[in-house]
Amino acid sequence: MEKLKYRIIVDNNTPKEPIMYNAIIAFLTGGLMGTLGQALIDIYSYYFNIPTSQASIFMIVTLIFLGCLMTCLGFFDKWVHVCKCGLIIPITGFAHATMSAALEYKREGIVTGIGANMFKLSGTVIVCGVVSAYVFGLLRYLIFGG
Amino acid sequence: MTFKYNNVYLNETSTVAGRLESEGPLSTKYDKVYKDFYMGTKTWEQAEIKMITECVDILLNKSDKKKEDINAFISGDLLNQIAASSYAASTLKIPYIGIYSACATSTLGLILGSNMIEGKMMNNVVVNVSSHNNASEKQFRYPVEYGGPKRATTTFTTTGAASALLSYNKSGIKIESGTLGTVIDSGIKDAYQMGAVMAIAACDTISKHLKETKRTIDYYDLVLTGDLGIYGKKILKEALEKEYGMNTNNVDDAACIIYNIEEQSVYSGGSGPACLPLVAYSYIIEEMKKGNLNRVLLVATGALMNTNLVNQHLTIPSIAHAISLEVLI
Repeated sequence: MEKLKYRIIVDNNTPKEPIMYNAIIAFLTGGLMGTLGQALIDIYSYYFNIPTSQASIFMIVTLIFLGCLMTCLGFFDKWVHVCKCGLIIPITGFAHATMSAALEYKREGIVTGIGANMFKLSGTVIVCGVVSAYVFGLLRYLIFGG
Repeated sequence: MTFKYNNVYLNETSTVAGRLESEGPLSTKYDKVYKDFYMGTKTWEQAEIKMITECVDILLNKSDKKKEDINAFISGDLLNQIAASSYAASTLKIPYIGIYSACATSTLGLILGSNMIEGKMMNNVVVNVSSHNNASEKQFRYPVEYGGPKRATTTFTTTGAASALLSYNKSGIKIESGTLGTVIDSGIKDAYQMGAVMAIAACDTISKHLKETKRTIDYYDLVLTGDLGIYGKKILKEALEKEYGMNTNNVDDAACIIYNIEEQSVYSGGSGPACLPLVAYSYIIEEMKKGNLNRVLLVATGALMNTNLVNQHLTIPSIAHAISLEVLI
């Protein structure tokens, strides 16, 4: 069978992904995550009487802890199934990706399993994050003078 | 290439299935079901090994055979170096042939076993396949707990093992012929569209089988493909109708039978080497014994995917092997 003809048959029978629906779900759930983060910053800075910059670090640690805990308890992947990128893009998604890989490889040992595979998914985020921080930092220095 | 068999019979079959399969429409048809994913072992890979050994034990018990009576144990799975089959073979102590043809392994095993029995080199051959959803996800995709969003065309690897005893001893079901497929380049690079990758190989093998046996598709009561899923099945039917002018009323897909796709969260249906035999060795064989089906063509389809080469943007090749079963009247 000709590949071109086959390609047309495949395209006829492949369902379209609901991009708009997914985007709206991600926008709403991601927005809720942002609201939760802001609420945590406000609570920490109010009750512990600390500056917002410190409170935001507390907030990140709290969300990472909660993300990891929910991954280990087996809830997070079910929530990701519903919320999609609304939970994956925020810091919770990074924690979840790292923790799920660590859980997956724990039987292969600490060094050859967890150590070698923990950043299998999230390693790209770290690399891209560091590289882009360097590039944009340099640009900022060159354009605005620091 | 099509082989015609005169003295090969399917004596007995056995199936063991995982939790999701046991919650599907064929729940009562399996010989044994497991309610958890570890099956009493520590890891998913070890669980798969356990499934194979238990499945073969059940087969030997059902057929009243001893391990010494079996001339060869032909087996394959999805793990790297077909590890589950090899480890299971190390406990079974039956001469072992490890094979790999991805999800088409089941019918490849049946063809190889039948050839050796027809050639009078062996008398009794056990053909086995297995797959474990979590072990395959770990190897081919993302960590299981990650649960990233997947597209609707994704298929869900079945958990289970299925064994068949082939022999020259006469039984109710005859292995009538088998067609060895050729590898077809699907032109598709998307590893989440396996139905489309494999449907073209199924088309090719079905048309070659019918041509070489000088039959039409209506000769069979059922043409059952392996693991195309709901969208792959649509592609196969449209391609057979438009390109080969066939009537596809008797074409069905095991991936759509094994799960209740509407209710279970399995995307477009089942996949994996165990998908077709779990359906065929339980439900289809039972229907054949009852007399509801007389001639069945099993067409297992396999995507010969390698994660490194997919990442290197190569297209995914696929293969399909067909085997024809007939009820002796």
